[in-house]
Amino acid sequence: MGDDLQISEFWAPLRRTTQARIGLGHTGDGLPTAHRLALREAHALARDAVTTPLDVPSLVEGLADAGVPEAYQVTSRAADRDEYVRRPDLGRLPADLGGLAEAGAGFDVGIVLADGLSPRAVMDHGPAMVAALLDALPGDLTRAPLVIATNARVALGDHVGEALGLGTLLVLIGERPGLSVADSLGLYLTHRPRPGRADSERNCISNIHPPEGLGYRQAAATAVRLLGASRELGRSGVAVKDIGVDRALGG
Amino acid sequence: MTVRTHALNGTTYRFDGLVDLLAKATPKRSGDELAGCAASSAAERVAAQWALADEPLATFLNEEVVPYETDEVTRLIMDSHDPDAFAPVSSLTVGEFRNWLLDVATRPDSSAILTALAPGLTPEMAAAVSKLMSLQDLISVPGAVQVTSGFRTTLGLKGTLATRLQPNHPTDDPAGVSAAILDGLLLGSGDAVVGINPASDSPQASADLLYLIDDVRQRLDIPTQSCVLTHVTTTIGLIEAGVPVDLPFQSIAGTEKANTGFGVTLAILREADEAARSLRRGVVGDNVMYFETGQGSALSADAHRGVGGRPVDEQTLEARAYGVARAFSPLLLNTVVGFIGPEYLHDGKQIIRAGLEDNFCGKLLGVPMGVDVCYTNHAEADDDDMDALLTLLAAAGTNYVICVPGTDDVMLGYQSLSFHNALAVRRSLGLRPAPEFEAWLERMDMADRAGHVVPRDPIGSPLAELVRR
Repeated sequence: MGDDLQISEFWAPLRRTTQARIGLGHTGDGLPTAHRLALREAHALARDAVTTPLDVPSLVEGLADAGVPEAYQVTSRAADRDEYVRRPDLGRLPADLGGLAEAGAGFDVGIVLADGLSPRAVMDHGPAMVAALLDALPGDLTRAPLVIATNARVALGDHVGEALGLGTLLVLIGERPGLSVADSLGLYLTHRPRPGRADSERNCISNIHPPEGLGYRQAAATAVRLLGASRELGRSGVAVKDIGVDRALGG
Repeated sequence: MTVRTHALNGTTYRFDGLVDLLAKATPKRSGDELAGCAASSAAERVAAQWALADEPLATFLNEEVVPYETDEVTRLIMDSHDPDAFAPVSSLTVGEFRNWLLDVATRPDSSAILTALAPGLTPEMAAAVSKLMSLQDLISVPGAVQVTSGFRTTLGLKGTLATRLQPNHPTDDPAGVSAAILDGLLLGSGDAVVGINPASDSPQASADLLYLIDDVRQRLDIPTQSCVLTHVTTTIGLIEAGVPVDLPFQSIAGTEKANTGFGVTLAILREADEAARSLRRGVVGDNVMYFETGQGSALSADAHRGVGGRPVDEQTLEARAYGVARAFSPLLLNTVVGFIGPEYLHDGKQIIRAGLEDNFCGKLLGVPMGVDVCYTNHAEADDDDMDALLTLLAAAGTNYVICVPGTDDVMLGYQSLSFHNALAVRRSLGLRPAPEFEAWLERMDMADRAGHVVPRDPIGSPLAELVRR
């Protein structure tokens, strides 16, 4: 039998090969207290990320600080976070798009910033990611004003995209929190958005959460490549392959 | 279709056919509310349960839930029904059948009686009676029947609880997978299977992982079986290429349309079963198929409609998946009960009930049931709920559960059980590992005479050579 130091030295190099919670030891048949509390902590952060509603005024401030001045707001037919989780069908439908009337219509590209399953991801990474996208989009494309969507699933963007007459819709949305990452953003690109689009008609860039996950500029560059390819092909989704992505890039 | 009615407290409730009756009699769950087939009040639910209790069991042989003409699962269920096995209960109503089961469960020969009955039951009968049962009923009855299967270990023997060691890795890294296998083996896990969900869907990646597990198994002479949970058609190709395949895996569901969504038919499953059996790699048995199922899988594929285009409740469809499985005498079937998400099972209460229903229906139908006791971070559930469900399932005689390092599956992004959980529940309830695996643990000086696993630290353990480079 080894002593504690030897055991910890045994597992250290193995832990570099996997994020799995290996070599936790045991007390009787149970997990040692520190490991149990570490699991409780990770789960608590994930739960709070799901259940805490998006703080829209703070987000708008954050966007303004990042140089994104104007944003419209829509919400889904899900009344609160609990109904949102239980009823994905309601999260895909807008409660009222009347407020978008003054935004105009007929744009090459538009961005919807949706809370999804992690409002925290939108707070942490939304403003910088939107700014990176606006920076990377080709200058000759007309841009719709930003729309913030609450209690929203990806497909709610199709309704917004149709109302704004978008050529291409980019939905940035909070991804389902895991134990190791509770603030990851996903980006979904849909060519000619309209209600009824299937998931197979979208392209996805996931795991946007620098510094560990994909960085803003890399995600924006990939989105712009996908945008160009989908405009050329006249459709998005499984037919569009991105050959330039390197998910391993950080920053 | 025959309308059923039931009057309760001055209101007469009406149920349009068997599909509607089954759905409204189902204990409350989010998936049925999402599908729009749930009872709209607590009183309507109980009215449906009263009406269902009066329904003759024989109705299920004459009135379909999903149409025979358009669904091969229904054809399989109806065409393979054994009237002789059904005879002892053929005159009973669903309510009387519940009474009969609870009585049989107290007899010394309960296991033989229930084993003989299984081919006479349809999945819809099992689902129907489960809807009238309490959690305790859902423990007593499956606890009274032994459903065994075998390959290199014998699973399902009374007094045992096995585990699947699930060493998943986000990039299928061989060193990371090996480290997680070592962690599980040191805690005595893996007697049901060492089974990896691959991150990549490439056949080469699956082959690499199969060689990795097979090498571990042979080097340490471990009596267990390996599985890489890739699509069954990929596995058929790997068998043809000479890769060491023990168990073909496939996700299955309770309708033909949902199975089509998974890219499988009964014919493809038959092909995989025959191909794997032909390798004759089993030692104590030749059960080779591994299936996963879960309430809500048909609904999530928009493949949940039955007679008249009505949505069928998710629990009845889940039982029908066991009707598919039993045609192939699998080694393993587990429901992934909390994995599919809160839109199908909202919270700990719903997940716990569903896990017990699934174990009950599976064992009653003669399927060697296991359960992935698990939850996602957007469900109203936590590890206390999992501890509760594990303990209830172990009391209900489930064959095996799934374990990962420290409850955290870093590839699939959800929480299952830890290796520790299995050790603790075995000790609480006096359960042992599969006998062949327990003998190996004894040889490795990792089990005491009572069958309790004695966890080992890696220093000085022969297992540590798995990760030596």
